[in-house]
Amino acid sequence: MAQVPKADELAKVSHRPPETPWTETPVEFRPGTFCYGAKPKNLEVVGLPNPREWNPADEDWKLPDNWKDITLNGMKDRLDKFRSFKLFMDICVRCGACADKCHYYIGSGDPKNMPVLRAELIRSVYRKYFTGSGKIFSKYAGARALTERVLKEWFYYYYQCTECRRCSVFCPYGIDTAEVTMMARELLNELGCGIDWIAGPVANCYMNGNHLGIQPHAFKDMIEFFVDEIEEVTGVRVEPTFNRKGAEVLFITPSGDVFADPGTYTLMGYMMLFHEIGLDYTWSTYASEGGNFGLFTSHEMMKRLNAKMYAEAKRLGVKWILGGECGHMWRVINQYMDTMNGPADFLEVPKSPITGTVFENAKSTKMVHIAEFTADLIRHGKIKLDPSRNDNKIVTFHDSCNTSRAMGIFEEPRYILKHVCNHFYDMPEGTIREKTFCCGSGSGLNTDEYMEMRMRGGLPRANAVRYVHEKHGVNMLACICAIDRAVLPPLMNYWVPGVDVTGLHELVGNALVMTGEKKRTTDLRYEPLPGMEDEEDDDV
Amino acid sequence: MNASRSIIFSLVAVGILVCLPLIGVAAGMTSFFGVIVPYLAVALFFIGVVARVVRWARSPVPFRIPTTCGQQKSFNWIKPDKLDNPWDNKGVVLRMILEVLLFRSLFRNSRMEFYEGPKIRYASAKWLWLGAIVFHYSFLVVLLRHLRFFSEPVSSLVHLLEGVDGFLEVGAPRLYISGLALLAGVAFLFLRRVTIPQLKYISLPSDYFPLFLIFAIAATGVLMRYIYKVDIVSVKELTMGLATFHPVVPEGIGSLFYIHLFLVSVLFAYFPFSKLVHMAGVFLSPTRNLPNNSRMVRHINPWNYPVKVHTYEEYEDEFREKMIEAGLPVEKKE
Repeated sequence: MAQVPKADELAKVSHRPPETPWTETPVEFRPGTFCYGAKPKNLEVVGLPNPREWNPADEDWKLPDNWKDITLNGMKDRLDKFRSFKLFMDICVRCGACADKCHYYIGSGDPKNMPVLRAELIRSVYRKYFTGSGKIFSKYAGARALTERVLKEWFYYYYQCTECRRCSVFCPYGIDTAEVTMMARELLNELGCGIDWIAGPVANCYMNGNHLGIQPHAFKDMIEFFVDEIEEVTGVRVEPTFNRKGAEVLFITPSGDVFADPGTYTLMGYMMLFHEIGLDYTWSTYASEGGNFGLFTSHEMMKRLNAKMYAEAKRLGVKWILGGECGHMWRVINQYMDTMNGPADFLEVPKSPITGTVFENAKSTKMVHIAEFTADLIRHGKIKLDPSRNDNKIVTFHDSCNTSRAMGIFEEPRYILKHVCNHFYDMPEGTIREKTFCCGSGSGLNTDEYMEMRMRGGLPRANAVRYVHEKHGVNMLACICAIDRAVLPPLMNYWVPGVDVTGLHELVGNALVMTGEKKRTTDLRYEPLPGMEDEEDDDV
Repeated sequence: MNASRSIIFSLVAVGILVCLPLIGVAAGMTSFFGVIVPYLAVALFFIGVVARVVRWARSPVPFRIPTTCGQQKSFNWIKPDKLDNPWDNKGVVLRMILEVLLFRSLFRNSRMEFYEGPKIRYASAKWLWLGAIVFHYSFLVVLLRHLRFFSEPVSSLVHLLEGVDGFLEVGAPRLYISGLALLAGVAFLFLRRVTIPQLKYISLPSDYFPLFLIFAIAATGVLMRYIYKVDIVSVKELTMGLATFHPVVPEGIGSLFYIHLFLVSVLFAYFPFSKLVHMAGVFLSPTRNLPNNSRMVRHINPWNYPVKVHTYEEYEDEFREKMIEAGLPVEKKE
């Protein structure tokens, strides 16, 4: 695995384009800037084509003989199925408004990371084979033939896009590079040219229900481990149930919350909250993954993985589904799930059993975001909170790309934050809400062999955090996304040491005053609560 | 292709287009350039644009993928952003009107400034928006003013427009702001394309060509009006002939007019087959023209098809023993 350069070296970014035109600048597969190719065993599990051992850095990609026909037919098929794709191939005027909006461009200076050029990589091929002007005028009309070099360029740059949609906010025609990247990745996957960090979780999720491939008994064990942890901190024993028929609510969260810090603290927060309000809910080991790496593979794969949510809700006979903190999971739920796997007519319109609030905005999908659910509880005064327990945390909030630009959940998490902690400062306008910056590792690019690009892509986010870190002493970056929780800690260590990362419901868990709890001396991380530093010592 | 080659190619192309009517009219082909070409161009324009829109519309919108740029509608105590995150058609219509008429997304534009450290700042950058507004609106005014050549009597709205456009009341004939603004707008769009390195890098011949073409159209128009005057009465005779489908080609209209008319014809004919169709395309953009309500109302995908899934039964079959041992409920006991 490639060594990541030191931060001060990586910070020297030139945004001056090279002398050679982009069509004549070949890709260099430099370690640290691309992900490993999909392994055959993972493709075989879900029946994806062309499983073989291969390495993107190799000359020979072992493509099927008719790869060009497969790709061009695949393009035609998708042009006919998606108006977005067809339109976005035709109407770009190359005004350049998107150019400096991409985190990868800002952090790398590579001109092909400008959204406009990223799209031109495939648009040029579209012109060559699907437009009259491209067929006649060829390169004078901006057209170019599909070659293996072009295909490698696609792989390199469409796996250097996190589908964050920031460029589409600024585009005067709403051209969404995420949509273009999704099509390109579908085409690459038809040739077996995906990345393993996506193919692995897809295969695991398909067979075992979650990205890590945790089997049912182990999943139960892991959750029960945190039951002990919660008891240790609060003295209260929560009692989660699994695969229980007849529960009112099915709770689904990304499996990252179950196995990796600091997501696990968020998981503890969920369970403490549900216990305190007496929510009649169940976990599922079969639908034990909120995330959906199918979204990063193909629309079909997204549907195949997402199907488990409704299927399990139906089997268990719950009334509605509650979803945990996750970014792309919520893009799938908000913009795809009901269309793909609905109608969920076997469920009821979600209604909070505690406050009686009917979630009209989820009346068709029947799935509620945990931030909506908790904000409603706080609004109705149904939980007791002591925000001073988070007083040693000076918090800012990272809006996740997908929940921002494919949903628009901005106020609910902020409302919760303002009730569970006393020190909250937003990052500068232009770096939050719909203009938020990607963590640099979204859309399945959160793998270690890609660390250099992750640090580059995360630079704009880190830069904004550093601003509030220096100005307000911010030491805690809150978020509502499991990938964020996994990738922001190394990003902060790299660019802004001294800032930690937390899920929203970890802070809720800290502040939540539970019935029958013992005197709390530590937070969920076993770090002393403000003013309890001495007592902590006594305990140890 | 590098920038200078793209620019030269486009310049040469426009140069040839200027020469064609010059030679043709000298050779007596006035009816070809005065009647046949304009009719063909307008026909191509309408057929081309309709065909293009139909081509787009034939592909369905399988998923509801608006780019949400504001707070979603959730509780009555949280103010939703009707414009930037519309949940109904009314909001979408408002969002689209602002997008189409005021280029609202472009107004958001910012400019990244990268300093050592690294420190990154985002400065306000409204020049592109302003340039685009000036360019598009002056073009629109110029176009509408030209209705004077295709109607008799001339509509009072055209008179009004001319009054506003010429409010400076200088020169004879009176100076129209829109003509100069159009030239300035085109010049700005060209200059930023060649002076901003990134923009220069992404530009294609098809980005320069329409700019040069429109510049040449505006320039010949301005020249005709203020400097090398053509016989305006004969011009109107010709244009009215076109408008009433009784084409006539009067003698003695200057060749500058034929150049102008030919370039306009080329623009019309080129329009549907180029990036200029963004004018029609923006209305169809699924990230802008759909409400963000797919959790409230089910969006239908016309080609939704069944897919292979790993069912719960298959899952339980694989893990039944382990599940029973761990005390997890199962459907089948053995």
